[in-house]
Amino acid sequence: MSEQGGDQDVVIDVHHLTKKFDGRAVVRDLSMQVKRGMIYGFLGPNGSGKTTTIRMLCGLLTPDEGSGTCLGFDIRTQTNQIKLQVGYMTQRFSLYQDLSVRENLEFVGRVYGLAKPAQAARAAIQRLGLTGREEQLAGELSGGWKQRLALGACTLPGPKLLLLDEPTAGVDPKARREFWNEIHALAAEGLTVLVSTHYMDEAERCHEIAYIAYGDLLVRGTVEQVIAASHLTTYNVTATDGVGINALAQELTDKPGIDMVAPFGTTLHVSGRDAAALDAAIAPYRARADLDWKRSEPSLEDVFIDLMGKAKDNFQ
Amino acid sequence: MSRLLPTAAPRRMPGSGFWRKTWAMLIKEFIQLKRDRVSFAMIVMIPLVQLLLFGYAINTTPRDLPTAVLLQESSDVGRSILAALKNTRYFKVTNLAQSEAEVDRLLASGKVLFAVEIPAGFERKLRRGEMPALLISADASDPVASGSAMGALGKLVQTALVHDRAVPDTGEAPFEIRSHARYNPAGKTEFNIVPGLVGTILTMTMLIFTALSVTREIERGTMENLLAMPITPIEIMLGKIIPYVLVGFIQAAMIVGIGIALFKVPMLGSVALLAGLSTLFIATNLSIGYTFSTIAQNQLQAMQMSIMYLLPNILLSGFLFPFAGMPVWAQWVGDALPLTYYVRIVRAIMLKGAVASDLHYDAAAMALLMLVAMTIAVTRFRRTLD
Repeated sequence: MSEQGGDQDVVIDVHHLTKKFDGRAVVRDLSMQVKRGMIYGFLGPNGSGKTTTIRMLCGLLTPDEGSGTCLGFDIRTQTNQIKLQVGYMTQRFSLYQDLSVRENLEFVGRVYGLAKPAQAARAAIQRLGLTGREEQLAGELSGGWKQRLALGACTLPGPKLLLLDEPTAGVDPKARREFWNEIHALAAEGLTVLVSTHYMDEAERCHEIAYIAYGDLLVRGTVEQVIAASHLTTYNVTATDGVGINALAQELTDKPGIDMVAPFGTTLHVSGRDAAALDAAIAPYRARADLDWKRSEPSLEDVFIDLMGKAKDNFQ
Repeated sequence: MSRLLPTAAPRRMPGSGFWRKTWAMLIKEFIQLKRDRVSFAMIVMIPLVQLLLFGYAINTTPRDLPTAVLLQESSDVGRSILAALKNTRYFKVTNLAQSEAEVDRLLASGKVLFAVEIPAGFERKLRRGEMPALLISADASDPVASGSAMGALGKLVQTALVHDRAVPDTGEAPFEIRSHARYNPAGKTEFNIVPGLVGTILTMTMLIFTALSVTREIERGTMENLLAMPITPIEIMLGKIIPYVLVGFIQAAMIVGIGIALFKVPMLGSVALLAGLSTLFIATNLSIGYTFSTIAQNQLQAMQMSIMYLLPNILLSGFLFPFAGMPVWAQWVGDALPLTYYVRIVRAIMLKGAVASDLHYDAAAMALLMLVAMTIAVTRFRRTLD
């Protein structure tokens, strides 16, 4: 992807960001561009630097090296302007547990200097479907409602960019689906969304994704581009008797040519970076009558686990 | 794939294991205690500092009481008494007054706690055996300090006069001491304690309210959200402090009201002046508490810091023990505490009817301490999570 600094349609444009804690680089030489109206998925294992990157984008952390702009404002010197136009949803619920839904929203409205915070809060409550719960204390809400409230709080001041840090962690599938429908609706209204997640189905709902591991941005693009770029060959094996699969997994793991073996119920995903080597490795097993081999596309998860393995090899 | 379960089922000890489980808990607590450096320091610091600090500093027998002397006659006896006052550790002659009006002013403003007047004709009457009167005025708003000083004075003067051969050594004092316990003639302790309590209670509650305010936001994770919003550290601080100014104000009104109604403490000065200076004192304490809050890592540490701060306030501010009786270094510590000034202010306004011009020094010192605390708080407050 080309560097497009200065472009009006580029909302996030950062180059070579590095952040160290106690001398250890948590984010290393990270560059990324996010276009207006895009839902940008930010993926990577725990501790890979996703949260740190998001915090640098909204002025909560100062990068040690590198520079860039967020909404056209310098992320080092113009953090106040950035904060006015960015909605940041923290990983941990960070509204006041001992304030009610309405009080929390009104507080946010006042801090952002809205002319009519009470009215804005009422409107947000209606939009979010929180009607009837406005006087409930935020701390008493269930996980899904808390997350809706948090999203409501960060969209209340009408931001141009949303930074969502693992917004759906611990939320049930239905609430997650509704949440994502909302994010798409917001993007359709012109809002740009950067969302970090561990869920592959969520990654697939993003316009573009970036994968970061151990502080390095490893790959970015659309889901199709990322899968194609992995050059991974994958077979799905099913055992006819259903249970033999675990023994097979033991056997195949660490065989030369096989880079990844992962059981999914009665099916085993067997992947390799080198198609020829993989075919050679599984050849003896393909003849077995109790196994049913099928060539398939690698899933996004396969690609990421593979990337993570590679990054770890480089890291160590 | 490697095995995750242990190869053999682990052997269990017989019995309910009451002591073993207690032991497990005990080991865990020790490990956590070791990790918490501040608590660990407190275990050593509290006894050590408190013992050394207060063991040496607190003395109920006052020393170096600031004293004014008014010599209405120029005589050998007068000079002899003055020399005796200067040579004792009880008194410290800070002012040689020229008139009774000046003595009154010095006592009212709290510059001196004690005044000795040698009236005109004292020497002549003494030599004639006419029992002249030595006039003493003591600031009895602190009855402990003034009482023991008054007791010491008679003996001191007589010894000096005998020594200088001004009077024969008969054992009987050839003069009388006419003492005037000002501001609290009956020497009631509650007149001294109740005004002091206004300050002490305010320090305690104001400090605890704000000491937890920032650490609570950090512990609950709400600070990250707050920092991501367009709000500045000063806005956060003022927003957190101002509600408690009102709370403190209500508290102060309650204590003063009860003091007047139940303990019959007089209110000689202006209520408005007391209210104004109390507001300043409350804001100072809130700023200090807020500063602790920006330094402490968690709420427990904030509480510990508050307690560490509270003890010298109670013991070294002149609230319980006479300020003048403390060694100089302890007075320096006391001078750094806003309560020291406030205790003087409340006592002066309620018991002495002091006016604004008597108190400008104490008020200025308090305002300075507030500015220092606020500056530290704002600079300590981190705008980022770096």
